Formats: sequence, C-alpha cells, structure tokens
Amino acid sequence: MTATAETAPVLALGDDALVLSHRLGEWAGHAPVLEEEVALANIALDLLGQARVLLSLVGDEDELAYLREERAFRNCQLVEQPNGDFAHTIARQLYFSTYQHLLYARLAAAGDGSGPLAALAAKAVKEVAYHQDHARQWTLRLGDGTDESHRRMQRGCESLWRFTGELFQPLGGAQGPAEDVRPGSRPGGVGDGGLGDGGLVVDWAALEADWLSSVTAVLEEATLSVPDGPRRGAWSAGAGRQGVHTEAFGRMLAEMQHLHRSHPGASW
Amino acid sequence: MQRTSGAGQDQAPRPGSGAPDTAALEAVFDAAVAADERIEPRDWMPDAYRRTLVRQMAQHAHSEIIGMQPEANWITRAPSLRRKAILMAKVQDEAGHGLYLYSAAETLGTGRDELLDKLHSGRQKYSSIFNYPTLTWADVGAIGWLVDGAAITNQVPLCRCSYGPYARAMIRICKEESFHQRQGYELLLALSRGTEAQHAMAQDAVNRWWWPSLMMFGPPDDESAHSAQSMAWKIKRHSNDELRQRFVDICVPQAESLGLTLPDPELTWNEERGHYDFGPIDWAEFRQVLAGQGPCNDQRITQRRRAHEEGSWVREAAAAHARKHSGVRTEGEAAA
Repeated sequence: MTATAETAPVLALGDDALVLSHRLGEWAGHAPVLEEEVALANIALDLLGQARVLLSLVGDEDELAYLREERAFRNCQLVEQPNGDFAHTIARQLYFSTYQHLLYARLAAAGDGSGPLAALAAKAVKEVAYHQDHARQWTLRLGDGTDESHRRMQRGCESLWRFTGELFQPLGGAQGPAEDVRPGSRPGGVGDGGLGDGGLVVDWAALEADWLSSVTAVLEEATLSVPDGPRRGAWSAGAGRQGVHTEAFGRMLAEMQHLHRSHPGASW
Repeated sequence: MQRTSGAGQDQAPRPGSGAPDTAALEAVFDAAVAADERIEPRDWMPDAYRRTLVRQMAQHAHSEIIGMQPEANWITRAPSLRRKAILMAKVQDEAGHGLYLYSAAETLGTGRDELLDKLHSGRQKYSSIFNYPTLTWADVGAIGWLVDGAAITNQVPLCRCSYGPYARAMIRICKEESFHQRQGYELLLALSRGTEAQHAMAQDAVNRWWWPSLMMFGPPDDESAHSAQSMAWKIKRHSNDELRQRFVDICVPQAESLGLTLPDPELTWNEERGHYDFGPIDWAEFRQVLAGQGPCNDQRITQRRRAHEEGSWVREAAAAHARKHSGVRTEGEAAA
C-alpha cells in the first residue's frame, strides 16, 4: 500500500507527533523537578493524541505505528533526535513547537473547520500554544540563568539547528524511495481541510520567515546567540520526509515496536 | 489558638493570656479528634501527632514518586497507542499525587527539599511494593489492579483522616487511583481473553504481584508499632489486618471474572467468618525488602538520586533566572 498524495502530508504530521511524544515519554521518572515530570508527560500526551487522530486518517493507528519500518516513517529528523540533557530537549521543543504552532494556526484558519485536518488543527493549535510557551519559558530560564545553563542551552540550540530547515520542505506527498506504507490507507478520508492538490496549502516560505523571527526573538531574550550554521545539509534536506533518518531512530523504533511485533495479530 | 468552631472552643487560651497551658491545648485537640473534626495547619497539635503525619505523608509522597519508575519502564514499549496514552497519563498522575502530598506535608512545617533529601539519603522510606521489577507488559495491568487496588483500600479511609490537608489530598488522589485501578483490571482482562501467550503473561504477572500486594498493608496487627496511636488519633481508621482481609475479599471474585487464579492454595471461603481465609505471608521477605534488600531497592533509589543530581543545574538556573528578573521588576517598579 502506498501513501497517496493526499495522505502523505497527514502521515508526516502524524509521525512527527508520534515520534516526539515517544522521546518525551523517555523522560518519565528522570526529570529535573517534579513539575517537569508533569509538564513533559502532559506535552507527550497531547502529541500522542494528535498522532492518533492523524494516523487514523491514513489507516489503522497501531499498524502504522508498530508495523512500519524505519524507511517508511515520514517524520522530520528533528523530532527523532535523542533527548540529550534537559537543555537539548528544550531546544528541540522550542524549534518544533514554534513550527507546529505556526503551521496549525494556518491550517485551522485555512480550512472552514469542516475537514478532519482543520478540526485537528483547531484543537491542536491550543495545545501547542502551551507547549511553545513552556519551551520559551525554559529557554529564557536556561539561557539567562547560570553560566552552565547558558552554555548548555546554547549548545542544544546549535546542535539541533541543522535539523530545522527540513521543517519547511513543502509537505506535498513527495514520492520518496520508500513509500511503502503497508497498512490499509483510507483514500479520501482526509477531506480538504487545508489539503490541496498533492499537499498542504501552506505558504512555506512565509511560515519559515515567521518561525525564524519567533525563534530569534526568544533566543535573543534568553541572551543566546542565534546559531549561524546551515539549517539544511547538502543531503539531509527533507530526508526524514523521504524516509531517510538518523541512526538513533532505528533503535528507538526497535524498542517501541518490539512487544507489538512479538505477538502478531494480538489485540491489547 | 486557631480552632474557630466545635467542641472545646471555650477552653481555648486567648492570646496574651500567658504561657499556653499544654494540658488545655491537648484537651482541645483531643475533643476535636473525638468529635471527628478536622485538625488544620494552624491548630495546635501534639508534636508526636505532627511527626507521625509528616512521616506518613512524606512516605506516601515518596511512594508516588518512586512508583513512577516500575510503570515508566513500559511507556516506551506499550503495545498499542491507546495503552501508551493511558500509561503516560497514569505516570503523570502519580507525579501530581506526589506534588499534592508534598504540599500537604509542607503545611506541617517541613519542606519538599528536606523531604526529598531524606528520601535520597534513605532516612525516609517508600512503599516496599515498588522494589519489585516490571518484567512484562502484563505487570502494568497487575500493578493497576492489585497494587492500586491495595492502595485504594488503604487510602479511602484516609479521606476521613483527622488532619484536614491530608484528608483533602486523599479525596482527590483516590478518585484518580480508582480510575487507574479499573484501567489495570481492563488491561489484564484484554490479556486474559487474548491469545494463549497473552493469557499466560497475565497469569504470570498476577502470580508475582499477589503476595507483595498483600504486604502493602504492613505487618500483622500484633507487630505494628504505630497502629494503636495512629488509630487513637484517627489518622488510621482500620487495622492492617482488617484492611488486608477486605482487600482479599474484594480480589477473589475479581480474579474469577478475570479468568485468572491467585497463587495461594489455602485461599478458601470461610462461611463462619464470612471472609476468605488465605495462606501465610512471607514476612521474612517483607523485612528484607524493607531493609533495602529487595530486587530493585538499589536501582530505584539510584535512579531517583541521579535524576535529582543531574537536574541540579536546571534548578539552579531557574533560581538564578528568578533572582535576576524579580530584581529587574523591583527596580522597574521603584522607577515607576
């Protein structure tokens, strides 16, 4: 089964939410303060909720989550990056939630609210506004906290910078080398809430400009310098969207999928 | 003197009336407890009552926090997205319960940092049950059904505990715990009715968690050091053995409807008593786990300490940021 031009962007958004939710779930029991146990789990749950809606628009959520291999996942590489220290996690969250907030605000506004994707966007935009605020507050505390937290936050922002360009590759159902989405897709199930011919109706260049100015403002307020490295690698631009991932991702999937795959056909 | 209503009010010494008369204060306190009134943070209370409550609430809070670990162990491996969401929500609730309980303990004049320090240094304990490992997915269900079930049996009477902040925290906590317990039961039911391998997984988990769950009610009544005083103070409402019996009586029919057996050959209905008889508990194991020699004691406390130590730079950053910016605001206000 192949993701259709209509479902490919939905799948990509669902995979983003699924994978980042999983990474945040790894923090459970390890957070620096109890309030962050609550906050990180809360964000992970919101994202998992989004993932379930989005994947269900494409096919069976569990088949899509547990039975696809690495090369069939369409998430951006940013969300699959390992947690690192708390600053690294917060940098990832700042970059991603800023993107998600801008994107869902546009999708919510573009649809007339009738399509399932527009409905999801209308709900998700409220959740991700909270995620973005949480990431911003911590970026400010860490960037403008102690010397050590400043150094760590700067490092987190820099090491993830090269994964941010991919966020603005148009989600147009690009036909990559591995469109092997086996589980039964639901053609036509997506409706047109924000989906046009073969992709999302989004002005990606404007989205990127807004993202840059928003992130720049937060980093500057946090006394951090905006990283100056490239935001797109020569080969990695759009790679996650094509099913080409980073090394840590396969191991993450091995853990996530192991139990489900050990009991074929079982229900839970 | 803060009591504003209820029995004994007339005996309250007035401010400025000289050194408080401990006997009179005790009489007010005892009368309030006898009348099932709530003791509130500003009320006078015996030091031993305060110490007992701090110890119990802190250990309860610590249990919520350490108790996140055995379940969080399965978040990344949960076999369906629905189960994963339920489990994440549950672990999140536990962190929230820990926060309520630390806040309630703080009303007695202690601080969360101090309590966490006592946990990390082993001076305060947490429930022995969390020193057992979660080896399969079914353990998540067994914890929900049995461990949360035992916790609820213990905690519902605490909703009427004489200390107000604790009682109110327990009301909120028990609502959420009951929900978790039903979800655990439902998880086991799905496994029990699933494939042969799933059924076996469920049975194995129940076999491993049954006895440790019975130990959650604490030592038998004739060996329970604090029970009599706690019951007199209405912190505790029922004895360990009473609650344990109540739990067994509830679980037996539930196990039957789950299609699972409980690992106790001596478990039989006693018509005369109107209760189930059950076999002897291995108190040597209980004492070993309490003494730090259980399967996961070292692992649990090491992870907890590591999270705290590795997070210290984050907490320092938050404090430094708050200092800087409260300073800025004060200057701004002064200038305005």
